[in-house]
This record gives sequence, structure tokens and C-alpha cells, in this order.
Amino acid sequence: MTLRTILKRLVPLLTLAVLVGLLSLLVPDFLGLRNLRGLLLSVTLVGTIAATMMLVLAMREVDLSVGSIVALSGVLAAVGMSATGSIALGVLAGLAGGAMVGFVNGVLVAGFKVNSLIVTLAMMEVVRGLAFLASGGESVAIPLQDFYALGSGGVLGLSWPIWSMIGSFAIFGLILKATVFGRNILAIGGNPEAARLAGVPITRVRIIVFTLQGLVAGLAGIILAARITSGQPNTSIGLELAVISACVLGGVSLSGGLATIGGVIVGVFIMGAAQNALNLLNVPTFYQYVVRGGILLLAVVADRLRQDGRLPRIPIRFSKTDRSETQNV
Amino acid sequence: MSAMITFHQVGKTFPGVVALDGVSFTVAAGEVRALIGENGAGKSTLLKIMAGQYAPDSGELRIDGVAQRFTSPRDSQNAGIAIIHQELQLFPQLSVAENLMLGMLPARAGFVDRAALRARAIAVIERLGEAIDPDMRLGALSIGRRQMVEIGRALLRQAKVIAFDEPTSSLSVRETERLMAIIGDLKASGCAIIYVSHRMDEVYALADSATVLRDGRHVLDLAPVTADDADRLVGAMAGRTISDVYGYRPRAAGPPMVEVAALAGPGVAAPVSLTVARGEILGLFGLVGAGRSELFRLIYGATMPDTGAVRIDGEAVPPGSPRAAIAAGLALCPEDRKEDGIVPLAPLRENLALPWRNLTGATALLRRHEEQTGANELIGRLRIKTAGAETAIGSLSGGNQQKAVIARWLWAGARVLLLDEPTRGIDVGARSEIYELIYRFAEDGGTVLFASSDMAEVLGVADRIAVMREGVLAGIVSRDEATPAGLLRLALPQANQASSNQDTIPA
Repeated sequence: MTLRTILKRLVPLLTLAVLVGLLSLLVPDFLGLRNLRGLLLSVTLVGTIAATMMLVLAMREVDLSVGSIVALSGVLAAVGMSATGSIALGVLAGLAGGAMVGFVNGVLVAGFKVNSLIVTLAMMEVVRGLAFLASGGESVAIPLQDFYALGSGGVLGLSWPIWSMIGSFAIFGLILKATVFGRNILAIGGNPEAARLAGVPITRVRIIVFTLQGLVAGLAGIILAARITSGQPNTSIGLELAVISACVLGGVSLSGGLATIGGVIVGVFIMGAAQNALNLLNVPTFYQYVVRGGILLLAVVADRLRQDGRLPRIPIRFSKTDRSETQNV
Repeated sequence: MSAMITFHQVGKTFPGVVALDGVSFTVAAGEVRALIGENGAGKSTLLKIMAGQYAPDSGELRIDGVAQRFTSPRDSQNAGIAIIHQELQLFPQLSVAENLMLGMLPARAGFVDRAALRARAIAVIERLGEAIDPDMRLGALSIGRRQMVEIGRALLRQAKVIAFDEPTSSLSVRETERLMAIIGDLKASGCAIIYVSHRMDEVYALADSATVLRDGRHVLDLAPVTADDADRLVGAMAGRTISDVYGYRPRAAGPPMVEVAALAGPGVAAPVSLTVARGEILGLFGLVGAGRSELFRLIYGATMPDTGAVRIDGEAVPPGSPRAAIAAGLALCPEDRKEDGIVPLAPLRENLALPWRNLTGATALLRRHEEQTGANELIGRLRIKTAGAETAIGSLSGGNQQKAVIARWLWAGARVLLLDEPTRGIDVGARSEIYELIYRFAEDGGTVLFASSDMAEVLGVADRIAVMREGVLAGIVSRDEATPAGLLRLALPQANQASSNQDTIPA
């Protein structure tokens, strides 16, 4: 491995380091233990979902419905617990709801061959509507106090939301790197027709990935409901943008075929640190929209430039260093 | 007659291929010159130079004696050249009138002048002697009538030189007759016409003169051209000495292995039946668009067949599923490697292991060690030139990519190889290594079906040769019986038969 390879591989991490360095100088209290713990907690929602979004993007698809799934599953869990008095049934309702939405996304994209951007844009609206319908338009209080432990309790000094993010990173990072299923995802993203002709079961893989995405968004929604002790139909609007931004900042290519969990983790923390700093500096919310959108634009322009640098006109040439950087992490 | 268009010593070289080598000919006003040759003879390159899509490396193109230097298709149009393409370059969702005048729409104050548009469209349609409603959506017209619209565009631009590229390949008999009449009118009005076609009877009926290209060289000029010249023309197109880069070795054929029974579907018009033996190499020859790739895709299940079945060793392969075909021992190496064959950014190892992995369990953990050993073994055995198994396959040369695409199927244990143009764009050294791979695969008891538009290659490598023509299996000849002219005769469209099955298209 050449020095250049190592440097390239470290770019996201170095970005994060520079950002943290700058913020610790500019923002009072940024490096305080209390703030860092808050920062960690604040990225759990985005981080948990970013791991499966990585799989979706690596497959050359996108899922815009995750924010709505978070709301729907939180509401379903709250309604389920109110109605049955059982934590288990409520959680099951939330998870099943999320997985169902993901499955429908997958069938529409893989089975009916509709563009995933449009499918999940439509589903984003449909699912948000379902969340309002299921809740009657109001926030649904959760009467079972034991359930709140899922949001605030934990082990080894880390709360359950943080564990859920760590678990999501570990499981889906491993799936992407070390299983045939994960490599098939990258092959489909890299060249769908070649993957199909080489015997990759592309329809099945696509449906499973979307279903996983729905399931994980559902889990994140349930944990969020535990943190805020209610199911909120209007929560997490715009969450999909934060999740996709984190992935793209972490080097996941929007043209598919390239993704690493390490990059995604760094991307999640870049997003989180920027958001945290804006809060500490008391930047009004209106500006925060502009900054978040700007970060996403920067990330996709960087993605585009990277590809153009790597993909000059025919014949396509890739340097060896690029190769080992992009898929061997 | 004065020369309207002159090609003077025109040459064009692409990396590794001389597409045109000092081609010279002229076409006068009022002359129809047929331009004929096999696939890859250089006709398309010549047309693209005319169209301003390519610049010649040497020589020049003159219009009315004035040397031209086109930097864009627009320059070519402004010089009075129009090309009627095989794939029509029109807009199905726009109206006939809009299609006729796109790029020169009459306007008043920035708005399209509907009345003028309609009037001019009607004038042109009348000149073509057609009854087409100018307000109709173009997409509702038959292919033949769309072609008339394209010719109408050329008339509106007052083109002096009109080139037709295989204009009748998708026309019915009646539409072909209409086209012939219109070309006659164009000729009478003083246009210089270049007519590219594989249909020799059209050439005899229409052309005043003919130029034959072979391997980028200009090998024969005839004027006039009549049916009596058939043998000379076909001889000039096909005539070549087969050099022995092929290193053919005869083999004893085994029992029947692959049985294609009455298979038809998209691109394969009439049911195809053929049987290939264990240890046999079947060449599949045909001109561009003859349906070779389509037949392979049907056999492999990449497209769903309308009728018919494929059996391997007597066992029916479930149709329409590449995964089922792979499980039955079939393997496809597609014609377009970049689009359909490889995952360019992924390492060579990933590309090699893809079918094997999915054959042996799609949910399993990667067997990293086994994969590395397997990939390195294949790289060594097939002499794939690469920095290592982890190099991106997209960075390898075409020949090495092709070897890798074949190698992945050896790894997956394929018993039947479907090779579609396996040596296209590959240098001579790598080509003979690929032939060697094919022989060895057959000697080990495998069956090879291999499609090529390179006649010399088919003659050099195959035990038997199946010839396709316009989506139909035209015949099968053994290696000993096959001659270049014989194959070409089978492959060339025969207007009467070939067009009759398309006469049902509503005109």
C-alpha cells in the first residue's frame, strides 16, 4: 500500500479531525465530556439508519422514506402499547410496520422496476400520512414507564440508543464486507446487468436490502419514541437528507458500487459535530437548514469530482491505488 | 458528369485498428453509388466521416471540388450532406411536421408559426408522394413512413449528397418499392446518392456504380452494376486469405449435449433448432443485426423466449432465468463486456468469483482464502496480465478482461460456453490465447457456441458453422463445406423472403 493510498483512505477521518480541532478552538465547551456525550446521543438516530442507507446507496438506489418510517413506527409502537398494555406487542407493531414499508419499497423498485427515488418519495408521503392517521394527528403518549428505559437506560456507561447505533454499524459493516450478500450488493451497484448475467439474484437482494432499511428505520423510530416517551407523527421530517448526507460525506458513491462502513461512521460524526457546533453557537434554526443543505451539496459535488477524476473518457483507467482504497478497507 | 462528392485517399485509424486505408472514389450529381462490404469493412466509418462525427486522419473529403473540414455534424449538414440512418434519428413524441423542421422551425416573434410549419410540411410530403397527416404524432407511423419523414428533412435542407445506410432493413416490400421510386426522383433532381446495403438485388436495380470495401481498403469499383456481376462483388467482399492465427485442432465430437428446440423470442423471428455435441465448437455467423446475440440471450434466459426450450444433456433448462441456466452449466460471455460483463470498479478477484460464489451459496460468509487461491490460480493459468488479484478489472486491457470473463465460468464449472464476439477489440496476441482457451475447453468435454461477425475467425475456429440472417437460422454448414462466399450468400438478406414476413406492418 502506497503512502498516497493511505492518505486517500484517511481523507474523511482527517476532515473530521480538522473539524473537531477547529470546533474545539472556536466553540466554547465543545470538548467538554457532557457535550461529547450529548453529541454521541444526538447522532444515534442518523447513525443507526445510515448503516442500512449505505447498503441502499451501494446498490445504486436511494430511500427517501426513512424519516416517515421513523414517525410511523414510533406511533405504531405507542398506539400498540396503549391498546394492549404490552411492551413486546408495541415494539413488534413498530418493527413490523417499518419492515412492511421497506418490503413494499423493495417490491416496487425490484419487481416493478420503478426508479427508487420516485418510489420512496411517494412512500415518504404515504407513510407520513399513515403515521398521522394511526395517531389521529396527535402525539400518542406511552403509558408504560418501563419502556422509557429503552431510551435512557443502558450498560457499560453507554445508553441503548448508542448501543443500537454501534450494533447497526457492526452488523451491516460486516454484512457488506464479509458476506456474499454484501458483495452482491456492491456488484449490483457497480453494474446491475453484469451482476444479473453472472448469476446474482438481483431481485431478491434488492427486496431484502429495502426491507432491512425499513426494519432498521423502524427500530430507530421505536428507540426515539422511548426517548421522547411518546409516538410523534410529525417527528424526523427531513431525516433522510441527514442520513444520505452522512453516507455521501463518508465516501459512499451515489452511482453505486463503492461504500465502506468506516467512511459512513466518520460521515455521521462530521454531520453530528457540525450540527452540535451550530447549536452551541446558538445559530438560529433557519440558518441551520441552509448549512445542512450546503453540506449535502458539498458532499455530492465532491462525489462527482472524485468520479470524474477516476473516470476519464474511454478507455476507462483506474490506478491501482484507487482500487485498493475503494473496496479493500 | 462532375463529381459532387469526392473521397480522396481518406484514412482513419483507431487504436489497434485501421478502419479506412486510403479510400478514394467520387459520386457525381445524379449518380447512385452502392457502397458494399462485410461488417467492419469501413462503411460506417466512412459515413461518420461524411456526417462530421469523425475527422479523417489523412486524405480529404471534397464537395463540388472544395475540400471540407467538418468539426461537427452541423458543418456537414450545412455543406449539403444528409444521412438517412439505420436507426432513425427522429422524435416519436413530436408531430410529423415538427420532426420535418426541427432545428429550423418557422417562427414569428419567438413563437412557432404553426401555419407556415404546416404549409411547408404539406409541400414536402407531396413532393415525396406520400399521404401523411402532418399533425400526426410521428410515433404512430410505420418505420417505412418515418424513413420518408427523414428523407423529407433532407429535402427541406436542400441536401445535395444523400447517403442511405441500410435503409430497407426494416421495410416491407411495398415500402421498399416506394423508397426505390423516391431515390429515383432524387437522382433525377441531381442529388448524389450513396447507397449502403447488404441486399444485392437492390444494388443491381438501383445503383449506377458500386464501390466494394474490405478491411478498410477499397478493393473494387464497378460501373455499371448488374446481376451478372454478383460473383465478382461477393468475391471482392469475402476474398481473403485465412492466415493461421487460429491454430485449429480437430477433435472427436461426443454425444449430443446442448439441444435448442424451436427457440424464438425478441430478435429471433423464426424458431431456431440446433444440437451441439459434447466437445464441439459451433460458430454462429451473421451480419450485424442478424440475431446472434439475441439467440444467445434466449438460450441463456437473459430474455424470456416466446416459444421453445433448451435442454442440456436431455434436461430442460427453466426458461428466462440466467440463474437457472448457470445452475444447468450454461455460461454467457456477453458481446458488450463493459456494459454487461464486468463490474469495472471491483477487483479482479471479485469479478472472477462472482458466479462461483452465487452458485455455491448466496448467503454464506465469504471464503476469503479460497477466493484468493482460486483467483491467483486462474490468473496464472490463463496468463491474465495484472498487477494482482485486487486490481480493478476496469483497468486491465480488453484482452485480459475477456480472459477474466471466460475464466470466471471455468471456475464456476460451466459445461457450455456461449461466447458472443469474444475477440472484438482485442489484439492478435490475446486473440490466439482466447482461441487456445476455447480449444482446451472443448477438448476437456465442454461445448462451445461462439458468435462472431468476423468470417475468417468463424471459418478458422469452428467445427460447424450456423449462419443467421435477419433473426432466422439460414443454414448450418460443416467446416469442410464452408467457404467464405458460401457463408456470405447465406448471411446476405434475400429481399423477397426476408421482407415478406414484415409485410404485415401497417403501412
